[in-house]
Amino acid sequence: MSIQANYGTMELNLMQLQNQYLEFMRSVYREEFLDEQFAQLQKLQDDSNPDFVGEVVSLFFEDSEKLLNNLSTALQQQFVDFKQVDAHVHQFKGSSSSIGAYRVKNACCTFRSYCEERNFEGCVKCLQLVTREYYLLKNKLETLLRLEHQILRAGGTVPLH
Amino acid sequence: MESCNCIEPQWPADELLMRYQYISDFFIALAYFSIPLELVYFVKKSAVFPYRWVLVQFGAFIVLCGATHLINLWTFNMHSRTVAIVMTAAKVLTAAVSCATALMLVHIIPDLLSVKTRELFLKNKAAELDREMGLIRTQEETGRHVRMLTHEIRSTLDRHTILKTTLVELGRTLALEECALWMPTRSGVELQLSYTLRHQNPVGFTVPIQHPAITAVFGTNRAVKISSNSPVARLRPSGRYMPGEVVAVRVPLLHLNNFQINDWPELSTKRYALMVLMLPSDSARQWHVHELELVEVVADQVAVALSHAAILEESMRARDLLMEQNVALDLARREAETAVRARNDFLAVMNHEMRTPMHAIIALSSLLQETELTPEQRLMVETILKSSNLLATLINDVLDLSRLEDGSLQLDISVFDLHGLFKEVLNLIKPIASVKKLYVTLSLSPDLPEYAIGDEKRLMQVLLNVVGNAVKFSKEGGISISASVAKSESLRDPRAPDFFPVPSDHHFYLRVQVKDTGSGINPQDIPKLFTKFAQSQSLATRNAGGSGLGLAISKRFVNLMEGHIWLDSEGLGKGCTAVFMVKLGTRGCSNEAKLPYLARATTNHMRTNFPGLKVLLMDDNGVSRMVTKGLLVHLGCDVTTVNSGDECLRVISNEHKVVFMDVSLPGLDVYEVAVRIHEKFSKRRDGPFIVALTGNTDRVTKESCMRVGMDGVILKPVSVDKMRSVLSELLDHGVLLEAK
Repeated sequence: MSIQANYGTMELNLMQLQNQYLEFMRSVYREEFLDEQFAQLQKLQDDSNPDFVGEVVSLFFEDSEKLLNNLSTALQQQFVDFKQVDAHVHQFKGSSSSIGAYRVKNACCTFRSYCEERNFEGCVKCLQLVTREYYLLKNKLETLLRLEHQILRAGGTVPLH
Repeated sequence: MESCNCIEPQWPADELLMRYQYISDFFIALAYFSIPLELVYFVKKSAVFPYRWVLVQFGAFIVLCGATHLINLWTFNMHSRTVAIVMTAAKVLTAAVSCATALMLVHIIPDLLSVKTRELFLKNKAAELDREMGLIRTQEETGRHVRMLTHEIRSTLDRHTILKTTLVELGRTLALEECALWMPTRSGVELQLSYTLRHQNPVGFTVPIQHPAITAVFGTNRAVKISSNSPVARLRPSGRYMPGEVVAVRVPLLHLNNFQINDWPELSTKRYALMVLMLPSDSARQWHVHELELVEVVADQVAVALSHAAILEESMRARDLLMEQNVALDLARREAETAVRARNDFLAVMNHEMRTPMHAIIALSSLLQETELTPEQRLMVETILKSSNLLATLINDVLDLSRLEDGSLQLDISVFDLHGLFKEVLNLIKPIASVKKLYVTLSLSPDLPEYAIGDEKRLMQVLLNVVGNAVKFSKEGGISISASVAKSESLRDPRAPDFFPVPSDHHFYLRVQVKDTGSGINPQDIPKLFTKFAQSQSLATRNAGGSGLGLAISKRFVNLMEGHIWLDSEGLGKGCTAVFMVKLGTRGCSNEAKLPYLARATTNHMRTNFPGLKVLLMDDNGVSRMVTKGLLVHLGCDVTTVNSGDECLRVISNEHKVVFMDVSLPGLDVYEVAVRIHEKFSKRRDGPFIVALTGNTDRVTKESCMRVGMDGVILKPVSVDKMRSVLSELLDHGVLLEAK
């Protein structure tokens, strides 16, 4: 009898889900979408604060989308106010580093140096880069949260990475 | 007889007379006819003649008169009636015109006369204007000369050139025969001939300054004519001819501190030179006013130019002096450095070389003491031991002092038994005191901690020195030593107004007072006590032990311990009180603090470490704020969040124990908030801890944080463990020892 046969289907599903989750997390970390800070956030989630990570992530999405809009508006002006652009990028960098979004944060760093040089083409390119990274990350995070929900619905606990 | 209408002449004519009349009439007519012609001719020539009508009238009058006389020619002989009628007509007309003319002339002649007067007036005016023009021109000439002279004089800063140039230019402009400058001598009593135009090197002619002519010239700032016989004017060998007029003017010699533009003509300390100008002797020239004015102006300019030259000379001299001084100072500094180095070398060598034999002597003597000795031998050994101990102390003192002065002495801080130290000193001093029949009392205040952190050895040295002095200089009575913890009232001693000890939770100030009933000190001598090697005479007559270094060294040690030492005495024979305060660390403060937030791990998990700790978090980034808040809540804190400096100041209260500020906010208002928070809480202890959270710990950020008095800096991102340790350190020690 295989080991799998000792478990019910639900447990099997749960284990599968958990494995899937772990694999996914490993890949996310490997590809440096997220870093250690995200793990810290997950540690803060407990019984008194069950949806801490989810709340933080939704706030991050809201914030970031607003910032990206502001950035593209600012760069579309006839006379680009680099200080303003820099301020937005600074904010974005802050929030992405708080949440542990490693690649987004790095893209923001590059963006900031282009802002300092007042390099318009560089800024535009960076904005595209940041936007792309952000949407990739968003995708990953949404998948992550969905997996966590599924695990919790199946009655299990989210495994620690 | 045929009747003719002839008219007989008036009277029978004489041939000759008739002829003359005839000729005269003819010429009169001629003249009368030619006059209007002449008039017309000349008037036509001249451009202006206003009275044409008069001319016409006059012409008519003349012509008619001429006509009358002409017609008269025919009336000498028999003439016809026609002629008579014409004659009459002519006469009548003439009469009419003459009367008219006469009447006209009444009006015209005054006018004509006034024209004449006006002409005269204008001529006078023209002459006057000419004169004035001449004057202005002369003035302008003078001005030009002055400017040129000034330019020449001011184009150089060399005193001699200035004066020489003045004389040369003046001589040239005014065509002088001789021009000389008399300068006052150093004594101020005489004037010495310094420069002349014609003589190349004037030999020292001198003239007393009190000569009336000279005084007169010095009394006014105008150029004064002086007699050519006066001593200052006797510059040329007296020739055959009349010497030319001489003028003298004063030249003020200004000093730097006299240079006040406002009272330019009135100078306080007046030193003048005299400029003497002589016109050529055989010319009949006189000094004109404008020439005198020129001389006066030039004299003033010369004064200014001379002062400039003097200022320049002064500043050059000062600069040279400074350079010399710099060189000398440099040399002195190098010598001093060499001396210090030499002394240090010497001390380093002596340190070792002197101590070694000393130790040998002391050790061996004490060993010798242990052996079997006769009483005389024992006495001798004891003396050797005592002397060598004294010598060892002296060597140590000297070496210590040098090291203290170098600043290379460092205190050996350790925990020691404070009470025990006092007891040991007491034990050391009791034997000596009892020999002198002096009592010694020690009182330790109850709040004096048992243990303290500091340099035990040096504290004992200070205490021994002070107590030892007390014993040394008392012949009867006793010593009382009291030690206590300095309270804030006693912290400010009127004798030491610049000593402001500030106790804190980790330190306290030990106050030791040693009172003796000895010979006392003259209050005037007290300051000298702390200087090295100084001993007042009265003290030296006592059993003089010690080199006078003791108190100096004690003072240095006390200063190193951030304290203060002083002596009080009411006078000779009235005893002396020595007091010193030193800063010592309190032992075990970290273990004894009873804080409610101490890490008390619950059995299950380390989750709630700081229950109820009220914390204020300031961060303007939503995500970052939420994350940090979650972190702090996870550790059990009661977190209030604000997202701006103003809100932070509004919300903060003394319930908040810690304030976390995100300083990645651009702009300085984060630091300002920190300052305002400090201001809000009068005592640092009531206020919260302020910790900065930042994305970069570069030196600038750290320094800015420290400058505004923040208690710590943390690098983001913060992990749970890091935050936990930060909070622990803050609450336990009151300071974040490192910003990780």
